[in-house]
Amino acid sequence: MGHQVLSGARRSGLRFRKFVDKALPIILSVAVFIALATLAALLVTVVTWGGHRLSPIIILNYPSANPNEAGMRSAILGSIFTVGLAAVICIPLSIATAIYLVEYSRGGRFSSILSYNISNLAGVPSIIFGVVGLGFLAYWLGMGRTIITGAFTLAILILPLVTVTCVEALKTVPDDLRQGAYALGATTFQVVRHVSLPRALPMMLTGGILGISRALGEAAPILVVSGLLFIREDPTSLFSRFTVMPLQLYNWISRPQPAFIELSSAGIIVLLLILLSLNGAVIGLRQFLTRRLGQL
Amino acid sequence: MAVSMASTKMVGLILAFLLVGGVIGYVGGMFVAPAATQTVLKTVTQIQTERQTVTLGPGQAVTETVLRTATVTERVTVTQGPPTPTKVVLSGDIIIDGSSTVYPITEAAAEAFMKLHPNVKISVGISGTGGGFKRFVVGETDINDASRPITKSEAEAAQKNNIEWIEVPIAIDGLVVVVNRQNDWVDCLTISELRLIWNPNSTVRRWSDIRSGWPSSPIVLYGPGPDSGTFDYFTERVVGKAKSSRTDYVASEDDNVLVAGVEAERFALGYFGYAYYPQAADRIRIVPIKDDKVAGAECVIPTDETVRTYKYPLARPLFIYVNKKAWLDKPALKEFVIFYVENGESFVKQVGYTSLPSQYYKVVAALLKAGIVDNLYTISISPSWRNAGPR
Repeated sequence: MGHQVLSGARRSGLRFRKFVDKALPIILSVAVFIALATLAALLVTVVTWGGHRLSPIIILNYPSANPNEAGMRSAILGSIFTVGLAAVICIPLSIATAIYLVEYSRGGRFSSILSYNISNLAGVPSIIFGVVGLGFLAYWLGMGRTIITGAFTLAILILPLVTVTCVEALKTVPDDLRQGAYALGATTFQVVRHVSLPRALPMMLTGGILGISRALGEAAPILVVSGLLFIREDPTSLFSRFTVMPLQLYNWISRPQPAFIELSSAGIIVLLLILLSLNGAVIGLRQFLTRRLGQL
Repeated sequence: MAVSMASTKMVGLILAFLLVGGVIGYVGGMFVAPAATQTVLKTVTQIQTERQTVTLGPGQAVTETVLRTATVTERVTVTQGPPTPTKVVLSGDIIIDGSSTVYPITEAAAEAFMKLHPNVKISVGISGTGGGFKRFVVGETDINDASRPITKSEAEAAQKNNIEWIEVPIAIDGLVVVVNRQNDWVDCLTISELRLIWNPNSTVRRWSDIRSGWPSSPIVLYGPGPDSGTFDYFTERVVGKAKSSRTDYVASEDDNVLVAGVEAERFALGYFGYAYYPQAADRIRIVPIKDDKVAGAECVIPTDETVRTYKYPLARPLFIYVNKKAWLDKPALKEFVIFYVENGESFVKQVGYTSLPSQYYKVVAALLKAGIVDNLYTISISPSWRNAGPR
């Protein structure tokens, strides 16, 4: 009797496992569907609300109280300047940090404290970075509420994110290659320069994309650091006053007139297009690098 | 060796790409849209059309139009005729920061002013009333947009830095209390009932807790988040202490979200800025408010008229604060403030806010021109326009 029960249980267990095996892809695809549907719903909403407001005006005009004349030229230029500069500051720093953590001090106590702190930094609310940027950079160092202050603030904000990706990128380089190079008498620097870095670079760029995308969408720290919204002149230097796209979008969307809410949707489309073209360019660069790598 | 060359190049390439991208975008932008140099005459016509659209509101349209046309003609003769004091080319920076509620009005004013005086560079920030005052009291900004009067501690800080100011009320902001369209039981709420609902120790959980006879369904509350001036004002006016409110409500800094929430929820009650009400009027129901502290008060529905004359108990002024030293030293700033006030009514209406009575703007502009800058609020606002709220 006992034997029979057991085998029955086993059989039903088998049936259950087979069921799970069949059901799992369906459950997983539901998850994918939800993610895609949310994205699609957002895009459809934005396009249906703001599509008809999409025109060169929105890119070429300065902010205005008249929704038919309002554009976000100063905000677009401000965003490009600040985020571009932030990437220039942040990406080399992140790569350097990652190289130190992975190649030079691997497994050390100091490096584990360091990487623990970097992960922690990634969880700090972005407005804190804004407050630090304002207090330390703008006032204490006397950099003022300028593009360069904004860029440094954003750079510090995305630093943990990009660094973590760079570390992971370096870790994917097989150790065999390093050991081989060491066996041939290469110094650590030579190993990094000739072996690890070229192989990790494409993936590091992905981290760069993530960082740039995040920086482009940040409103809170810039609201603190710059606080400006209405400027009718283009930034001319690193010490110009500036505003950024998310601030303009937020302001438009919270206004009472429906025309401004439509305008905000159109602005979001512009922001998305800039983001997409930026990402596209970096992906192109990554493919180019990967192909180069194939020729090594 | 080839490898090293390649990798160095690659890093260089990325950096170059990012830099060049920014520069190309910037230079491209300059070429596509060269900086606009318009003749003054053209600007005048533009402003004229703007104003005419603005005057399409109900009531007093006829007199208003006549008045405006007069102003416009005057300006045209000024630009064409021999040099007059107004033709002096104004230039310089005007730095404005402060409330994001007041921002749209100041934006409209700054935009129109910069079209007339292209050499004046005006920038307007949205750091919030409090954040703006922090900069204003150290002399960092020339004008602060404020959705509430300056506080005692802010005034003390200003005194310490020898900053004096001119307080100019520029518009009226009403707060509306709204319910769902299916709500057929609420006919009016008193300030005391609102206090009962919104105070930090509120025991109101159901509608029946406010008045017996109302449904015993849980009340769902919507209101602005604690960073907004609207919240500061409502709590001070209704609860009696600024920033003191119950916290178990759906909070959003975006009033459009509050409208959507009340629209969807049958047992909802919410409050937000009056400017957001007109285009949501067919989606939600507005609740008349009675100030029961005032003897013989009635339930008042917020309308343009009751809000602008303060008959509606939840109406308050919006201000600009002007740095007195800058007012005296910077001709462009002086001109801008007078221009702002003179055309205040049309700017306020243009952005969908409630303006003060028209004669108010004329009085204040005249006072400012005459150099009378103190106590503008007391001089120019008729006592009958006040309510019991904090001023």
